[in-house]
Amino acid sequence: MNQGKMKRRIKKVVVYLFLSAVGFVWIYPILWMVSASFKSQTEFFSNRIGLIPEAPTFENFVRIWNKANFGTYFLNTVIVTVFTVILVLIMTMMAGYAMGRYQFVGKKAAMGIFLASITIPLVSTIIPTYEVVKSMHLVGTKLGLILSQAGGAHVIFLLLFTSFFESVPKELEEASKMDGCNYFKTFFYVMMPLCKPIATTVVIMETIWTWNAFMLPLVLTLNNPSARTLAVGLYAFKGENTVDWTGIAAGGTIAVIPIIILFIIMQKHFVEGIAGAVKS
Amino acid sequence: MNKKAVNAGQTAETSRKKFHDRVIVNLWCWLFMAAAVIFYILFQGYPILCSIWYSLLDWSGLTTNASFVGLANYRELLEDQLFWNAFANSLKYTAMIVPLELVVSLFFAYILNNEKLKGRGIFRTIYFIPVITTASVVGIIMIFILGVQGPLNYLLNWLHITDTSVNFLGTAKYAMPTLVAISLWKDCGTYMIYWLAGLQGVSSDVYEAAAIDGAGRGKTFFYIVLPLIAPTGGIIAILCAINSLKVFDIIKTMTEGGPFYATDVIATFVYRTAFSSEIGMPRLGYASAAAVFFGITVIVVGLILNMVKNRLGKMNQEVSQ
Repeated sequence: MNQGKMKRRIKKVVVYLFLSAVGFVWIYPILWMVSASFKSQTEFFSNRIGLIPEAPTFENFVRIWNKANFGTYFLNTVIVTVFTVILVLIMTMMAGYAMGRYQFVGKKAAMGIFLASITIPLVSTIIPTYEVVKSMHLVGTKLGLILSQAGGAHVIFLLLFTSFFESVPKELEEASKMDGCNYFKTFFYVMMPLCKPIATTVVIMETIWTWNAFMLPLVLTLNNPSARTLAVGLYAFKGENTVDWTGIAAGGTIAVIPIIILFIIMQKHFVEGIAGAVKS
Repeated sequence: MNKKAVNAGQTAETSRKKFHDRVIVNLWCWLFMAAAVIFYILFQGYPILCSIWYSLLDWSGLTTNASFVGLANYRELLEDQLFWNAFANSLKYTAMIVPLELVVSLFFAYILNNEKLKGRGIFRTIYFIPVITTASVVGIIMIFILGVQGPLNYLLNWLHITDTSVNFLGTAKYAMPTLVAISLWKDCGTYMIYWLAGLQGVSSDVYEAAAIDGAGRGKTFFYIVLPLIAPTGGIIAILCAINSLKVFDIIKTMTEGGPFYATDVIATFVYRTAFSSEIGMPRLGYASAAAVFFGITVIVVGLILNMVKNRLGKMNQEVSQ
């Protein structure tokens, strides 16, 4: 009995040690980047694997923020992300409401078409997407980025909203109709407040995706650095300054830290959204 | 007589009212759908059709003079070794990463699914962090971490595993496996969450019953849990395969498809042909043909995998019956 207990305890310790060791290796590259961003150029090469800078400095951040446009990139990323998320939220919520609560002509066809686009790779549509943005005279602008990133099918979000609105009892709506609300008012005053949990999930997921997006912003800002987002800006910076590794690390830190913090605070919603995707 | 006419009039009236109501409902619904539909058409539906049209043109994209060339672009593709190299690399990358990714993420998910394990939320968060870090940033940072002067080589030398530094990304032989390893690490968290969702569907009674029968955790897993979550596994495999075929960010930032096209995939091939000036004039028509061809491939691969999954599911059912 005692031996069994001992065995179990040892097993437990081994599991924890294993998980912790793997966990450390797992986030080491990110910790390394953050640490490197506080190192001086000389320390960067003398202390290559260490994570604690001996003489921490903000000099890298100041340099790239002011001289390499990272201030602009950061602001661009925030603006593009915020407006893309708002657009996506509004359109998926409204479409999900119609599809979850009403029968209408063409509903099945619309859903089928949206669903079918899951498999279409972005690379197969990027050339015409570029041409569409070009014909709007929005290449190299933040608005062009926002509109094109808000485009697409957003199938997961549509499914989340549709199944949520399907589950809301009918009575709520009828009561509001009695009170003389039209469809829009019913949606606005009765339904919208109800779907807050789903909306939060959608906002978090879309924020992370837009913030991290690379191919579309890369193509749309090829000739206009002033509209670049962080993901693209860092790539361009690396192309021009291959030797400034502490600067690159600082740029990377600026790009990923906000999104990691957001994730850690709101992870429940994100994980639920991801899990919901595979369930449906 | 008179009464009947009144009745008929009433039903006509009500059916007209009903029809009127249906029209109103339809109008409102499409009004609610409008934003989603417009954005879909502009940035997905129209581009899909347009890609097919572009693929029939000889067009640089810089000028307006495009000439219709029929299937000439496709004929050229069939003979373009660089295209087939990229195509093969996309498939190779996918074939390498899907099984690895499924096994590794299931391994973590199974450990973390244990409710008695304290702090499993923290581990889940840690394993998930690479997923939400920007792929292009990860790619750029990895260039240094894996580089000749980077921490990994420093560690390998220090441990005397290697005597000289290994150029992981610059050597054709190592570049692809290295990319696979990095993507494996980067995306593992997503598939772990998928598996966890599947594992949550296995009730705790199953584990208890197995424990009573004296089955260890390993045996319980292979004989009881694995068959139960296999259907979820099929979906996860399909999602993983489709996502892997689409890979771009990591490859573009880490190797740009090099060295000597050893890691060139379709996405980087299309990008280079359409938007980059390094090989002369851009060729939107030709790039579109590659993009369309590849889009169809992804759909076909998805359909085949789905069929395999259904077939296996059926066989499984028959066996258990």
